[in-house]
Amino acid sequence: MAKIGVFVCHCGENIAAKVDCTKLVAAMEGHPGVAIAHEYKYFCSEPGQESIKKAVAEYGLTGVIVAACSPRMHEATFRTACAEAGLNPYLCEIANIREQCSWVHNDGEQATRKAIEITRSLVEKVKRNNELQPIEVPVTRRALVIGGGIAGIQAALDIANAGGEVVLVEREASLGGHMAQLSETFPTLDCSQCIMTPRMVEAARHPKIRLLTYSEIEKVEGFIGNFNVTVRQKARFVDMNLCTGCGECMQKCPAKKISGEFDCGLANRTAIYTPFAQAVPNKPVIDSEHCIFFKNGKCKACQRVCPTDAINFEMEDELVELEIGAIVVATGFQVQNTALYGEYGYGRYPDVLTGLQFERLASASGPTGGKITRPSDGKEPETIVFIQCAGSRDPSKGIAYCSKICCMYTAKHAMLYRHKNHDGNSRIFYMDIRAAGKGYDEFTRRAIEEDGAGYVRGRVSKLWQENGKLMVRGADTLLGRPVEVAADMVVLATAMVPQPDSKELGKTLGIGYDEYGFFNEAHLKLRPVETATAGIFLAGACQSPKDIPDSVAQASACASKVLALFSRDKLEREPVIAQNNEATCSGCWGCVLACPYNAIEKKDLTDRSGNLIRRVASVNAGLCQGCGTCVTFCRSNSIDLAGFTEKQIFAEVMGL
Amino acid sequence: MSEPFEPKIVAFVCTYCTYAGADLAGTSRLKYPPNVRIVRLPCTGRISPMFILKAFQKGADGVLVSGCHPGDCHFDHGNYHARRRWTAFNALLQFTGVPEERVKFSWISAAEGIKFAELIDSITEEIRTAGPFEQYHKLIAETGSAASV
Repeated sequence: MAKIGVFVCHCGENIAAKVDCTKLVAAMEGHPGVAIAHEYKYFCSEPGQESIKKAVAEYGLTGVIVAACSPRMHEATFRTACAEAGLNPYLCEIANIREQCSWVHNDGEQATRKAIEITRSLVEKVKRNNELQPIEVPVTRRALVIGGGIAGIQAALDIANAGGEVVLVEREASLGGHMAQLSETFPTLDCSQCIMTPRMVEAARHPKIRLLTYSEIEKVEGFIGNFNVTVRQKARFVDMNLCTGCGECMQKCPAKKISGEFDCGLANRTAIYTPFAQAVPNKPVIDSEHCIFFKNGKCKACQRVCPTDAINFEMEDELVELEIGAIVVATGFQVQNTALYGEYGYGRYPDVLTGLQFERLASASGPTGGKITRPSDGKEPETIVFIQCAGSRDPSKGIAYCSKICCMYTAKHAMLYRHKNHDGNSRIFYMDIRAAGKGYDEFTRRAIEEDGAGYVRGRVSKLWQENGKLMVRGADTLLGRPVEVAADMVVLATAMVPQPDSKELGKTLGIGYDEYGFFNEAHLKLRPVETATAGIFLAGACQSPKDIPDSVAQASACASKVLALFSRDKLEREPVIAQNNEATCSGCWGCVLACPYNAIEKKDLTDRSGNLIRRVASVNAGLCQGCGTCVTFCRSNSIDLAGFTEKQIFAEVMGL
Repeated sequence: MSEPFEPKIVAFVCTYCTYAGADLAGTSRLKYPPNVRIVRLPCTGRISPMFILKAFQKGADGVLVSGCHPGDCHFDHGNYHARRRWTAFNALLQFTGVPEERVKFSWISAAEGIKFAELIDSITEEIRTAGPFEQYHKLIAETGSAASV
């Protein structure tokens, strides 16, 4: 005889304000099989959990229903509490009467009726729940970090310094990411290269870190603790073992007019190149798209001058197979396509730049050696207009979010400009100044008070060229009148957007992403670095726009999650897997066709003398992920899914 | 005057996309009619046509099947199985006289709380217009609606 305990949580007022919890308890008390029904303000709190545990022992409950928030929130909490009270955790189910009831309905009476039905149907389900035992799986103590920017490097170093093995995969030819492109960093004005390049070297030299640059993720299979990852190492056409990085080839390469990605198109590079002088590894790659030999079969200048014979035009992409226990995704961001803003003339006027291009101009390693000059004529600009939110916070352009870093870097740009050109004027068009962060507001004040940054609150509507000047027309909404500035250079604080292929990577990894392509965390507040897929974590701007301190903090948080995982010999997996009844299985193999994981094997049933009786399906518990597609396929009703059996679902529906 | 007809809709959804989308509608405090009851499953691939019949047997006036968008299935391709199964099964239902609008199919991702609320709005209205699903009520009267499984 079932003895079910029903615990109705008020969630403060979140549930109780709409759902009449006392009525819900009364309705449950009379339901067949319900031994007790209680209500309480916060069942997730310590006293709340204790009262559930006490009730389990006192009434000898055979099942527990907690009518509360979504199971995605606290199922684990309450199942653990039940386990502590000696009840098999899989005999506890959550009735979601908050997210899917009290929060979405206005009418209290209707919400109460719905809450009663939801709870009742789960009582019917839990009566048919079985005791399940978690499945133990081994852990491979090797982490994969995708992305070699500051977030990826930080995560890799933290894991490796604690003794974990790391494979660090970077798509470009060098580590560094966007941080290596920056000039100085706010709010300390540290030279970005000076704090970044030593970390790059440290990561590359670390005995526990295997570096795969110029490589991309091809395929990811498996699950937490046991991923099988295939990485495509793109052909560099330069043998990494032979190359000494002398740079002779780059000097001699005749294809010199290729727009350099690292300098955001402000300088050219050769076809055989390293992205920048401080690259790690400091060994070149051949860009086969622009290489003269690859285009018309003649040249090989690099091969002739190479003193170590490291150039190999026959080289092909290589696939590297890796066994991985945990994955940190740190793929970063891109700068928004400025073509969206035709009115700002980006692409039409050479002196209209993005913030990232301005970083390259201001950087000592940049194309001008740190001198801020106009790309059009090389003259020093006397007036620079900065336009903030050029893309961000503009739903009409498809980006509703704030890119978070632009207010700060624009203030920094105005400062750097004044430091390098003492008579320079800067005008900054802004919507709001968002300077939340340690030392951030003080920094923007300094830009205004010490470095003459002239802030104008309002938007720019039009930009055109007149007498060699860039005319900027906007509104000053504080004075309530239009303004026109004659500028020599215009810098757009363009939005941070996800990598263009982030959605494909999300699909390869099996993790979620939002409408823009930023990866989704498991819980925005409480599990910000985890994804809904166990064993895959997020660091840096691939999750949302972030500055360096936030990215580093998140990367270290990822490392601590990975290390916690690696501290265990075995992992416990949810026992929600398919089970086959071999006595009724007819061996039609419909399930084999349905299974996305090749988890169903053909098993021989033999008699005592070893003669084959028949062949039946057998579920490999290590591979089965518990989707249940096979169950629906099964013609003889032999396969069922633990935790979501046919009986349980039918009972749940009939309880509604 | 009798009470206006309020349809009962049973939704079979996967836990990774549509259930999470419904949760998002909740955390965003969107409002939708209280006519829908959600049954959570690991994947739409788990949804058997029998569940749909069971829902009608229990007195549902409409059924919704919803999962991850094509290509986004947490289990790789369970949603494709669900779509194929639904297409074939709905044709059979229509053949037996169950009107098409009684069984709905949709894709709702974990990020689409608004879409979920709008969908529930629209299908509740459609089923309300279509009226009570009498066909099965007769059968229920004959077999009894007790929770016997």
